[in-house]
Amino acid sequence: MTEANRGVRERPRSPHVQVWRWHVTMLTSILHRVTGCGLYGAALLAAVWAITLAAGYEAYATYMGLLASPIGKAALFLITLSVFFHLAHGIRHLVWDAGKAFEIKLSNTIAWAEIVFAVVATVAVWIIAAMTGAL
Amino acid sequence: MSRYRTPLSRARGLGAAGHGAGHWISERVSALALVPLTLWAVWATIHLATLTRDGAILWLMEPVNAVLLVLTFLVGFWHMHSGLRVVIEDYLETILTRSAALVANLFICVLAGGLAIFSILKIAFGGAL
Repeated sequence: MTEANRGVRERPRSPHVQVWRWHVTMLTSILHRVTGCGLYGAALLAAVWAITLAAGYEAYATYMGLLASPIGKAALFLITLSVFFHLAHGIRHLVWDAGKAFEIKLSNTIAWAEIVFAVVATVAVWIIAAMTGAL
Repeated sequence: MSRYRTPLSRARGLGAAGHGAGHWISERVSALALVPLTLWAVWATIHLATLTRDGAILWLMEPVNAVLLVLTFLVGFWHMHSGLRVVIEDYLETILTRSAALVANLFICVLAGGLAIFSILKIAFGGAL
């Protein structure tokens, strides 16, 4: 007998969110997905930037004006935050993939460090942007 | 275990597709490449924001800038496609919506990436002045 003869079976499921106690490594795991999806939109905005730059003066001015508006700036701020968080947690994933730093205490410390790094790096970039006249 | 599976059982989606390792590795390798590329792109964005359209075009006519930006888009869209593919496979269960989302993900990444890269090359070769 083979498995095919028994038809389609219910597949095993992983534990759901409701049965987990909230902790920081769970938060960073969720944030990695959320920021990843957000950066998908950010990449599309960057693609539109390249397209309008090639298109002409009017298109480029309109698009840059859109990015410089309050909503545009808010989006860019969230994108900066997402870039640095996804970058930090992405490196953390590469360390995990190497089979290192799985200890619970260390994991929690690294998770907090990722969040702090994302906030500090974002603020630093926006301060630099303001000082160089990019805003 | 796998030798007891019939081709029909695998085809029904109850078995491994057999290319998971390749997808997993390509996601990691693109992530590794994106570490320096992203940091460069953040710097480039701040710099480009201070320039006029003419300034941005001249900046893109520098070979290093054009190549790094093309690579950022190429590897970035590749990585995005891999990432969203996993999200779609995790959350969408019905075969039709899942397939539609997977195809849309591929088409959007290839179209947007293609348009962005072609635009950069056009600018870099002096076609937008």
